Amino acid sequence: MSAPPPAGARALFLRLRSGDEVARLITLAFASSILLVTVGLVYQLWVTSSLPRHKFGFGFLTSSMWNPVTGQFGALPFIYGTVFTSAIALLISVPLGVGAAIFLAELAPPRISSTFTFFIELLAAVPSVIFGVLAIFTLVPLMRDYVEPFLKKTLGGLPIFSGPVFGFGYLTAGVILAIMTLPFVISISREALLEVPTEQREAALALGATRWESTWQAVVPYARLGIFGSIFLGLARALGETMAVTMVIGNDPTIHASLFAPGYTIAAIIANEFSEATGDLYLQSLVELGLVLFLLTIVINALARLLIIATTRRGSAQP
Amino acid sequence: MTLRNRWRKTLSYVMLSLTGVCALVAVCILFLMLGYLVYNGWRSVDWDFFTKLPKSPGETGGGMANAIVGSFQIILLATVIGLPVGFMAGIYLSEFGGKTFAFLVRYMADLLNGVPSIVIGIFAYAVIVIPMHVNSALAGGFALAVMLVPITARSTEQFMSSVPQTLREGALALGASKWKTIATVVVPAAYRGIATGMILGVARIAGETAPLLFTSGNNAYMSGGFTQPTASLPVMIFLRATAPYEDWHRQAWAAGMVLLLLVLLVNIAARLILSRGIAVQK
Repeated sequence: MSAPPPAGARALFLRLRSGDEVARLITLAFASSILLVTVGLVYQLWVTSSLPRHKFGFGFLTSSMWNPVTGQFGALPFIYGTVFTSAIALLISVPLGVGAAIFLAELAPPRISSTFTFFIELLAAVPSVIFGVLAIFTLVPLMRDYVEPFLKKTLGGLPIFSGPVFGFGYLTAGVILAIMTLPFVISISREALLEVPTEQREAALALGATRWESTWQAVVPYARLGIFGSIFLGLARALGETMAVTMVIGNDPTIHASLFAPGYTIAAIIANEFSEATGDLYLQSLVELGLVLFLLTIVINALARLLIIATTRRGSAQP
Repeated sequence: MTLRNRWRKTLSYVMLSLTGVCALVAVCILFLMLGYLVYNGWRSVDWDFFTKLPKSPGETGGGMANAIVGSFQIILLATVIGLPVGFMAGIYLSEFGGKTFAFLVRYMADLLNGVPSIVIGIFAYAVIVIPMHVNSALAGGFALAVMLVPITARSTEQFMSSVPQTLREGALALGASKWKTIATVVVPAAYRGIATGMILGVARIAGETAPLLFTSGNNAYMSGGFTQPTASLPVMIFLRATAPYEDWHRQAWAAGMVLLLLVLLVNIAARLILSRGIAVQK
């Protein structure tokens, strides 16, 4: 093999004959398909939404008019509904989830911790349409008959707790989203807390801190990036969640301040109206809504991933 | 003990118990939900559910045989496309990946993983339904495959990367070429993890509804083939649960239970296999 490497086609042939190069090229082709599909997805969303993009421009995002009959399409009620329901979801699932993660990582004996984690991760595997069935048949009556009247009676003075009670609406959608995001918040926060070195706890305890003070002031701040990451991941899931929300949101394309009012989210209106959309402008406006949702979730996902990477890097950099 | 210290102790107990309550609530939600679903589903399910076609709206009786077969068709298609592509891409990422390109692929796979499933449905609609002018099992299977590929690729990569480097070096030192090392040493060493990842991926797409709504569509009869509109279990659950008929609600419970039990059983089995596999290797 001391001869100089042959040039051109012959060199390629020799490299291919070893088999390794063939295997590399084949797997490379399959890996490229991921790239191709992602680029294709963005391209299709962009091209298929060209009509409303040219007609409405950025006004699409700020208009709250959605009227297929007169051909006016604005995304604001749906963006509002998506953000509002996700915010409700996080307000419930973050305290609950971080609390549960602290228990599982800091207090629970390993056996209980791993059993609970197993069950909570199973919750993440439940298909969203099944959450929808449970929500529509149990959560909606529960909210309509007990929770919402109670909130209205006690806090009715505030605008977000006023107005008629339907059962279908922002609050119900937020609650079901909270249940769906809970497993993400718990399992990733728990991992972040487990990464915290034992010295951190021991140092706090040795200074005379109580168990809670050590946890809250020494352990949780150390894991905060990972916990924020888990919250963003939950948020990304809540923003894009379709079926369960579609079934309980109430389908009303207007903006309401009240938690009890029916609304609409981006994913829900696509699910409900896409197959019935008549005319190109209507269909393409729905595609543009999909584009908005896509951009929203990739930004949130990227933030989540950056935060999670930052914690694991820092965790492993320390002795 | 001073008053302040007593207060600190009490606070500690109260807050720590509260975290326990949080964990308990989270697990209770799961059991309450699943219990209620199985309770209602069990009362609703009957033999007709599995063997009969749906009746017209408002009529009592009938089943979802077409949706069960349809779901099977769509998932089969997604599996046949998604698993090999994801597996090969995973091998590339773990074994052949250079720095820049592998990073790019990995990043795109994660991005694709985070895309809301309804957006994937729009993509499949634009690529397959619009040119074909008809909803089809093919479009639904394609949409689910697009979701399955990045999941499989990342889990395959993860399990193959955790195979010790010494095993590869051993095979290479014996004169095996790189692809032979991968095929006869690395993949067999990681096969249990790879297979589990694949099973979990299929279980995850099996329950997806949103990407099927306007790709595979719905069909009151048995699907005529892969190029015809095809009913599926998740879409059927959605349509039944949101319709105003009492008997359809019963069927939604039944279908929900069947789907949930399938997904959970597969999940539990896969996780048990995986945890036992790790125990044996140690």
